[in-house]
Amino acid sequence: MIVQNAPIIELRGVHKAFGPKQVLRGVDLTVAPGKSLVIIGGSGTGKSVTIKCALGLLAPDKGEILFDGEPAKSAKAINALRRRTGMLFQGGALFDSMTVWENVSFVLLYRDHVGRAEAKKRAIETLAKVRLPASAADLRPAELSGGMQKRVALARAIIASPELIFFDEPTTGLDPITADAVNNLIVEQVKALGAAAITITHDMASVRKIADEVAMLHEGRIIWRGPVSALDNSGNAHIDQFVNGRAEGPIQPAI
Amino acid sequence: MTTLPATSPTRDRDFVLLRPFRLIGRTVIGGFREIGRISSFSARVLLACVTPVIYLREVLRQCLKIGYYSLPVVGLTAVFIGAALALNIYQGGSRFNAEQFVPNIVVLGITRELGPVLAGLMLAGRVSAGIAAEVGAMRVTEQIDALLTLSGRPERFLYAPRVIAGVLMLPLLVLVADIIGVMGGWLVAVGALDFNGALYLRNSWSFVTSGDIQSGLIKAAVFGGIITLMGCYQGDRSKGGAGGVGRAATLAVVGAAVLILASNYVLTSIFVRIGL
Repeated sequence: MIVQNAPIIELRGVHKAFGPKQVLRGVDLTVAPGKSLVIIGGSGTGKSVTIKCALGLLAPDKGEILFDGEPAKSAKAINALRRRTGMLFQGGALFDSMTVWENVSFVLLYRDHVGRAEAKKRAIETLAKVRLPASAADLRPAELSGGMQKRVALARAIIASPELIFFDEPTTGLDPITADAVNNLIVEQVKALGAAAITITHDMASVRKIADEVAMLHEGRIIWRGPVSALDNSGNAHIDQFVNGRAEGPIQPAI
Repeated sequence: MTTLPATSPTRDRDFVLLRPFRLIGRTVIGGFREIGRISSFSARVLLACVTPVIYLREVLRQCLKIGYYSLPVVGLTAVFIGAALALNIYQGGSRFNAEQFVPNIVVLGITRELGPVLAGLMLAGRVSAGIAAEVGAMRVTEQIDALLTLSGRPERFLYAPRVIAGVLMLPLLVLVADIIGVMGGWLVAVGALDFNGALYLRNSWSFVTSGDIQSGLIKAAVFGGIITLMGCYQGDRSKGGAGGVGRAATLAVVGAAVLILASNYVLTSIFVRIGL
């Protein structure tokens, strides 16, 4: 019997409500080191809220988050978690008052207090990993296309070699070809770092490319979880409806 | 005959009877909650202003934005106010043959009151709204969340540099406003009211005390803190896209303006008591 690795992150019974709206109703999730989990689910089911809770950006009403076995509740524990994780935001969330290289090397400049010359050198190295030329380093985020912004954001997320990376809809708003390129980069860089990944998406092409495992979030709970190979014969009506993109089925379209 | 869902009559009556009390209670509690939130936000930011790490590069950038780029608006305000003040005092003073006091009262009014208050109000519009919109846009585009995930603290990285810049730059701007305001009065006095230019300036200079100027500069520093803090606070709290950002900017301007006027009265009464 194979000994299961202790999970790098674990969510236990996480509840979160915004006013009267109960978004999460007890989310349980674990991710083993080096594994890639993709969370799928319809719009507004709480996928973003789940990872914001995991990162300590939102405080859960009930339940707990364990990072590397330790509860991430105190400010100190949450800081420790953030030091070892990276996050790629949906819109990139690049700082538009800074240049590309300052964005990429933000943690080096402002957390680790690395000198500016050294930080810029490492930013350019990291930009090369996401196939961006050194000439992009001195541009402003507003001067980049959507796909390039995603790549800069990816570079910013991986520069400090995190052990766990969160991806919030990494391919949303990109054309299929650019989306595929971004997916390839994600897989390549996550593998190169040996990091675990949690991705939320509703792009099935992305799921098949990125995921080791898939979990489905529906009505605030994880209703199915399995390896990506089991996606097409899960025997779960919710999964079938989602994978095949049908408006008819147990899930009500969010319109 | 209605098909509304059945509500118990007791609950309905309770609701109507209690409505005014609920409204008062909600307003009062909401008001206190807001004061509490602003206070704890301000305490956090002010602590970040006086403890390391302070990001000097950011402070300098904000000094340029808040200080240097505000010079035109402050200068224009001051010159017109000084000019109008001179005319008014001339007109009023002529009722009891006191026209010759125009330079004295212009310099007093500008340094102690109009310089800091009007510069403060103009900058509540320019700076507070600008900060609230910028921070609000960062909030709704998840840049503040991104900052947190990158181990950056918004109060250190975004808010403290703005507040430090505001507290440092406002007195400098007001000093400029004082000089330009007096010159605005001088222009009118010499150009339209037949004052002797050299005498006007000598009168102004010998009349004004360092206390007059200091009290105005202390006010300016406080207003600088208010303007930047309100901008940061409203921006930080904004949510819900473009509408939310616009709302944050409006609330920041209104809040800053009201707080400037209120604290102006409090500061003035303190200065009068201690004889500054």
